Amino acid sequence: MKKEKKWPEAWHEVKVGAMVFEPCSAREYLTGSWRAQRPQFNNLRCIKCGLCYIFCPEGCISQNAEGFFEADLDYCKGCGICAHECWPGAITMVEEG
Amino acid sequence: MAKRVGMEVAIAVAEAVGMCNVDVAACYPITPQSHIAEHLSDIVADGRSDTEYVTVESEHSAISVVAGASGTGARAYTATSSQGLMLMHEILPIISAMRLPICIAVANRAVSGPLNILNDHSDIIPQRDAGWIVMFSENGQEAIDLSIQSFKIAEREDVLLPVAVNIDGFQLTHMVEPVEFPEQKAINKFLPPRKPYATLHPDKVVTMGAFAMSDIFAEVMKAKDEALKNSKKAILEVWAEWERTFGRRYRPVETYKADDAETLLITMGSMGETAEIAVNELREKGLPVGLVKLRLWRPFPFEEFRAAVRKAKLLIVTDRAVSFGGPGGPVYGEIRSALYNEKERPDVYDYIIGLGGRDVAVDDFTAMVEKAVKDHKKGLKKDYEFYGVREK
Ligand code: SF4
Ligand code: SF4
Repeated sequence: MKKEKKWPEAWHEVKVGAMVFEPCSAREYLTGSWRAQRPQFNNLRCIKCGLCYIFCPEGCISQNAEGFFEADLDYCKGCGICAHECWPGAITMVEEG
Repeated sequence: MAKRVGMEVAIAVAEAVGMCNVDVAACYPITPQSHIAEHLSDIVADGRSDTEYVTVESEHSAISVVAGASGTGARAYTATSSQGLMLMHEILPIISAMRLPICIAVANRAVSGPLNILNDHSDIIPQRDAGWIVMFSENGQEAIDLSIQSFKIAEREDVLLPVAVNIDGFQLTHMVEPVEFPEQKAINKFLPPRKPYATLHPDKVVTMGAFAMSDIFAEVMKAKDEALKNSKKAILEVWAEWERTFGRRYRPVETYKADDAETLLITMGSMGETAEIAVNELREKGLPVGLVKLRLWRPFPFEEFRAAVRKAKLLIVTDRAVSFGGPGGPVYGEIRSALYNEKERPDVYDYIIGLGGRDVAVDDFTAMVEKAVKDHKKGLKKDYEFYGVREK
């Protein structure tokens, strides 16, 4: 389960210097909301080479139990790098509905 | 008892900073600030201060070094001028946003081009909106006092903002003046070691300068604006303590024969002393003239300023910088907007003078005032003008 958003709602609640005292809190920042297009994985074409996993700048691609790769859409910002790097053409970017 | 000595002001500022238990200083020498940088490094090299003095290859590095140092909880100091301050500009708003209490001396100098090393305020004015506390000194003693006070102000828990102390280049930095240093013991008492709000330390993780998108950015900016506005209260308290301890009084707006004046000259920085003499001469001629000097430029002391000019009919602003294609002089623009909502407000004229080190003598002030008063009597509405600019 994802934790509730912890950042301040009002200006009074902003910490001095907008400092962040909680380590690893960046994971609470769901960059998925930036996305205009999402990667769609076609596992019939996937050869499990892992390039998408290596190149994803968001580090949001992981391998599932069957060895295929999938993107965590809470963090995928839709940059399309995975689709660009996937040479067997297993990833297509589709319009966010 | 503190002794009075004759000393070049830049050297005196370095001496004063050397007494402030500064942990890290990083300065890149630039005219007319060089003597501060050089003498501060001498003090450290001579073992008179245990400051870590970092020699850097640019002002961008100097300000970055002190930013990092301040983040670790160090008391940090730098000094610069003109192009150096322009090079630092990128970092200035970041420091205030991170609420790092750095102190900086700005030996004011014209900004290029054409290349010029002499004094005006065109270096600090473009930093106006960086979120720093900005104050001006009028003479050597004030340059020393404000430098010492700046650490105390900046580091207060209810301030935590960087402070810039402006010292007019050459006109002030290179003058030999009689100055008085507080005793080291008294400074230690006035300025105890810094108690940082948070520090960069591996055992207690904190992120400074994190990323923020539009959903929180405006709130952070509002918090910074409020912090800067609220700093005035703390500044007044520090000045009150300074007066109690050392006997010298500082106010956000200083006045001279202003109470019964119909016409008020407005200055910022070292010109105030010359203007005082001009006021005396004009008073002898029977003109009810006074002087208002802005000590604090950010946060702008609205209340104090309005109170100081309330009874005047005409304000004559002197600006040592231009807001090109804008309202003329930056101080002028500020003052007119400060008065806009007042029911009864004085007329305001603006003279842009002393650019690039051009002399501003007593005669210039008297001529300016006499001309302005005459024009004002004729009912002329005026905007800004470049005083003394040659025309054919
Ligand atoms: S890059 Fe393409 S082929 Fe390689 S693992 Fe990712 S989806 Fe499969
Ligand atoms: S679109 Fe970009 S962010 Fe999303 S999974 Fe692909 S590489 Fe990662």
